[in-house]
Amino acid sequence: MYKFKYHKAQSVDEAKKLLTESNEAKILAGGQTLIPTMKQRLASPEILIDIGNIKELQNIDKKNDSIAIGAGSKHSSVAASNVVISHIPALAELAENIGDPHVRHMGTIGGSISNNDPTADYPAACLGLGATIKTVEREISADNFFTGLFETCLNEDEIVIEVGFPIPKKSCYMKFPNPASRYAMAGVFIAVFNSSVKVAVTGASENGVFRWTKMEDVLSSNFTVSEAENIKLSPEGVMSDIHGDSDYRANLVNVMAKRAVEKLNG
Amino acid sequence: MPNINININGKDYSATTEERQLLVNFIRDEVDLTGTHVGCDTSQCGSCVIHLNGKAIKSCTMLAVQADGAEILTIEGVAEGDNLHPMQEAFREHHGLQCGFCTPGMIMSAIDIINRIPNPDEQTVREELEGNLCRCTGYQNIVKAILSVANK
Repeated sequence: MYKFKYHKAQSVDEAKKLLTESNEAKILAGGQTLIPTMKQRLASPEILIDIGNIKELQNIDKKNDSIAIGAGSKHSSVAASNVVISHIPALAELAENIGDPHVRHMGTIGGSISNNDPTADYPAACLGLGATIKTVEREISADNFFTGLFETCLNEDEIVIEVGFPIPKKSCYMKFPNPASRYAMAGVFIAVFNSSVKVAVTGASENGVFRWTKMEDVLSSNFTVSEAENIKLSPEGVMSDIHGDSDYRANLVNVMAKRAVEKLNG
Repeated sequence: MPNINININGKDYSATTEERQLLVNFIRDEVDLTGTHVGCDTSQCGSCVIHLNGKAIKSCTMLAVQADGAEILTIEGVAEGDNLHPMQEAFREHHGLQCGFCTPGMIMSAIDIINRIPNPDEQTVREELEGNLCRCTGYQNIVKAILSVANK
């Protein structure tokens, strides 16, 4: 690991101030991606601003028709939160199946979505539930937040502070995990709202998480397994690597979507 | 270099540490507690699992400076004098180890599993061991050992 300077921020304001002061600073949340990346010398920030101890970022509350999750909430806290379990059980289940228990005790929702790994789970929940991402300066809809592979619309000195998830009538996340890493090889999040159905896919596209609008249209008018089975994801633009080629992955997405509909109708 | 204060196995330590020092290296090289192992360099194997403020984490995926002010429990801190922790006893009883390299991390994870899930079934134990690798592939007896403590 290359040398760097370290600051432990006590508040969001302090973190924001430190981040604005330097062009070479990075935020350290749970560190479960950043530290392994720095160990491999694939990242070498000059300054790390640790926001892991800021309590104001770790609240999980129901606000009107949404569940607001502080960006510093650990995956294990989301998985165990009664508020999340009782209102969006699929989200608690998703958090419970990220990585392994040790990663879940450290990794945070803010870190996960800011990193926007194309095989991460949370981005699918954000798009699938139509989340609003709150930063120190603005509110961003999930549809605008994720802009590509490891890319978001966040400015260099912008910190995510909260993610608001609208409570759906029902929702389900189906994931085919890579057996070694537990990252999604295909993950499909389906949420049913009063007047719409949202379908988000992670783990598959070369451009990262996306909304599968064709599937949404079909399921919005007829929420059945047979309708879902008629829609096939095109392998074009789907990732291809040693774990599976694009045909295989596209088929996995079809299968995960079908299973999600099955479960929601069951 | 920053100064950090950490409580490890009930004992307070105050030391200066380089920012890039990993917690596992601090524990092994500065505090001389070498029971916590480094098995991989990629945050996957779980040989370095310790408890940070009561929760199992990988000490190779955390900086020592991040742990300033924390309470840490390592494998050296789980026995009471000559009396092994029930989980250590169970690993001995069920031969839950072959070469033993992964054992400290396995036991720290196993204690964490029982702390969080009082009565896990076999499937749950296997899923919970997701982050711990045993190169001898001796999972069978590790799972048996953990279940024996769970069922006591």
